[in-house]
Amino acid sequence: MSPDRVAAMYELLEQVTGYIYPNEIEVHWGILVVVYPYVTGVVAGAFILASLVKVFNIKEVQPTYRLALLTALAFLLVAPLPLLLHLGRPERFYEIILTPNPSSAMAMFGFVYAWYLMGILLLEIWFEYRRDLVVMARRERPPLSWIYRALSLYSTDLSEAALAFDRKAIKVITIIGIPSAFLLHGYVGFIFGSVKANPWWASVLMPIEFLMSAIVSGIALVIFLYMVLWGLRRQPIDMACLDKITSYLFYAVIVDFAVEALDFIHRLYQSEESVKILGKLITHKLFMSLFVLQILLGMIIPLGILVLAKLRKLGDDLRKVIYFTAAILIQVGIFSMRWNVVIGGQLFSKSFRGLMAYKMEVMGIEGLITALGALVLPFIVLIVLIRLLPTTRLGEVESPTA
Amino acid sequence: MNKREFLKGLILFFPAGGILRAIAEEAAAKETTAKATDKKASGSAESKGYDPADHYYGMGIEIDKCIGCNRCVEACKVENNVPDLPFFFRTWVERYVIKWDGEVLVEDISIKDRKSKASAQEDRDVVRSFFVPKLCNHCANPPCVQVCPVGATFSTKDGVVLVDSKRCVGCRYCIQACPYGARYLHPVTRTADKCTFCYHRVVKGLLPACAEVCPTRARIFGDLKSKASRLMRFTRMNKIHVLKPALNSEPKVYYAQLDGEVR
Amino acid sequence: MKIPEQIQRLAIVTAVILAGVVVTRFLILPRSLVSTGLQQASAIEREAAKPVKFVGSSECEDCHHDVADKQRVSFHKNLSCEGCHGQATEHLEDQSVELPSPGKRKFCPLCHAFDPSRPTGFPQINPTTHNPLKPCIKCHNPHDPVPKKVPAECSACHAQIERTKAISSHALLACTKCHTVPGRHKTRPRSALPSKPETREFCAKCHDKGATVEKDAPKIDASAHGGPYLCWECHYPHLPEGRT
Repeated sequence: MSPDRVAAMYELLEQVTGYIYPNEIEVHWGILVVVYPYVTGVVAGAFILASLVKVFNIKEVQPTYRLALLTALAFLLVAPLPLLLHLGRPERFYEIILTPNPSSAMAMFGFVYAWYLMGILLLEIWFEYRRDLVVMARRERPPLSWIYRALSLYSTDLSEAALAFDRKAIKVITIIGIPSAFLLHGYVGFIFGSVKANPWWASVLMPIEFLMSAIVSGIALVIFLYMVLWGLRRQPIDMACLDKITSYLFYAVIVDFAVEALDFIHRLYQSEESVKILGKLITHKLFMSLFVLQILLGMIIPLGILVLAKLRKLGDDLRKVIYFTAAILIQVGIFSMRWNVVIGGQLFSKSFRGLMAYKMEVMGIEGLITALGALVLPFIVLIVLIRLLPTTRLGEVESPTA
Repeated sequence: MNKREFLKGLILFFPAGGILRAIAEEAAAKETTAKATDKKASGSAESKGYDPADHYYGMGIEIDKCIGCNRCVEACKVENNVPDLPFFFRTWVERYVIKWDGEVLVEDISIKDRKSKASAQEDRDVVRSFFVPKLCNHCANPPCVQVCPVGATFSTKDGVVLVDSKRCVGCRYCIQACPYGARYLHPVTRTADKCTFCYHRVVKGLLPACAEVCPTRARIFGDLKSKASRLMRFTRMNKIHVLKPALNSEPKVYYAQLDGEVR
Repeated sequence: MKIPEQIQRLAIVTAVILAGVVVTRFLILPRSLVSTGLQQASAIEREAAKPVKFVGSSECEDCHHDVADKQRVSFHKNLSCEGCHGQATEHLEDQSVELPSPGKRKFCPLCHAFDPSRPTGFPQINPTTHNPLKPCIKCHNPHDPVPKKVPAECSACHAQIERTKAISSHALLACTKCHTVPGRHKTRPRSALPSKPETREFCAKCHDKGATVEKDAPKIDASAHGGPYLCWECHYPHLPEGRT
């Protein structure tokens, strides 16, 4: 071990309060493992928003349908990156595909991910874009036309029957996709929730908490992206669409808040052995990130201003500011939730007698810079995707309803 | 599409399906013969006269005998090349000091050069005080084996939980899943590591290094399948406890005279 | 029945991917990469082949049988040779390689320095005050460490009790006042145990209201106080009333 690392670990030893098992001094799942559930969460949330249009026929949300799908794809493609980088031996990653252990949630998640990417998301995007791809293949110059031809899988049929089939296929895929999206992110919650050794993680509610917060963050991110993209393009924002999405965001935040409050009250009431050290954990180590960032900034304030926008008849511009602010605050809140679960679960000893500290490196493969890179990369991928695949159906003019 | 095109498609479909089926069948046949050779291979140590199926290992620990001298910890580090830093232990010893006012002080005496807060308590305030050696419990229902995504950690037939350092990807799920803090990430190999009951010694009929050097015989390594062994007498003469029984990991390290305050 | 063009295209892509997966997994990849059984067998072999560092005391006894015979009946009979002398693999291979024999004073206190958490009955000394500066081995043969003079004080092994008693109201009572110690206790401590007072009358000798000795000792009515129990079933005689 390098002398710097040794010195850093001796410092960590000084910051221990109470008693910890000696091997617990190292926090193993750091910032990268916080980024990962945040990224997959956005996928599930964006997809659920897209499903509102196709399955529940919420027509007002249509303008964001394609954007939501592309957002889901961009984030899904980047999701394995933080996982890969946090491995002690990233070059051995292929073993998880070649010899997966069927009893391991982490291994089975690889297959859930593959199913969701190939069987749901890519399939739905293909059906949605097929017509435009064929049109653009004919319209564009090479090499772009070759790309579009390949992407359309050399499809040529643009008859009414074929387009009707596309629409039907999308509906079927989305119906299957909703439980698949639940499985995708609920699984991440299960990876934590099934660890009986850790009382902060081990909870039946964990998959549901993760899923609800995923839906919240996904919807909020699509709102944010919609406002930014349409603003950059100088296109008018469809306020009916935005109002509708925001009301769904509102309901999702309420449910998320209820589930997390339930978990909290449940633990406090049951008062199991771990409640003392967990109490110390949240008051000494997680105070800022839990009470201030996750609850106050991430849930209470956005709920408050969204209620304000709902109840009072505010002008378009003011509503836009409120929605934009709420979307950003919610991202901060959901990211903090991931931090509180992942890092928080490793800051107390399994002896229930002590607390340790997490020192995030700045450089290094598991450092802050890498984590920020992993957070920024999906947006870059999204820009590339949007360049290739238009967010509005070709030949359609957006008619915003005031 | 008309009948001709449909038949054309069908003609292609059957051979393609047939080819895939042939591949799958051959693969399945390979699997069954391979599984048979695997079974034989896993008994490779048999050729040296050791049959893992004849043994099932566990360890007994007598709390009242442990004097907290740390010989076990140091012998383990020497025998198994554990980094000599206070952050990685395959085994360690805890000190418990229980006071009249209910306060319980616990410290790790295997971390060298630290001022002992617990032993500095006034004698009149202390109601019980003792040492507890800890190590991997080689559980019969190990949560670490359950969660390993690549199957790099596994239980052998003779009841020892091992880590294949050539296959471990370093995801650290096992370290999170272990309720006893027995695992760590080896700083050089960047793979998970832990006590192996000194498997390389045990298959040769030796004791694990910790049990070998313990001056008071507080650690009793033994074969649970053997009817006459020090471990079997230990389980007869003492009321046995395990750590965290409610988690149902079925640990095979049995403690005698274990205090209720020990976690 | 016409299969839609989309399904045709997707079916081809799916078939290609599936075929690729099947061919790779079953035909191209070697067994060692995909069989968990093989990999675990290989891991077990590698683990079992690791080098042994501590050879075990039975190996030492073959040559050093005189030392082993002496130690086998001494107080150090449970000690392993390598616990003090270090790993013996090199010495086993090449007898000219000598193993260290720890003779400095800082070694023996690793086990024998007084520590309040050590079990009672384990011989402990205060390294600073016990024959300072003299190497331990001058008086104690490590292979038969019985001291030259049989310890007169119980505190040689029961240091914790001595320390506790020393700050209690029973400080000036000798151990033998309450405990009859058989002579064999000093050589066979666990087999020949000292006695404990068996009657209430024993403590009542000093603590009964009518007692004539120890005027300063707290007095109670022995016939009424404490029911049928022996006194030490409630009061800890080495530190009566515990906290005060």
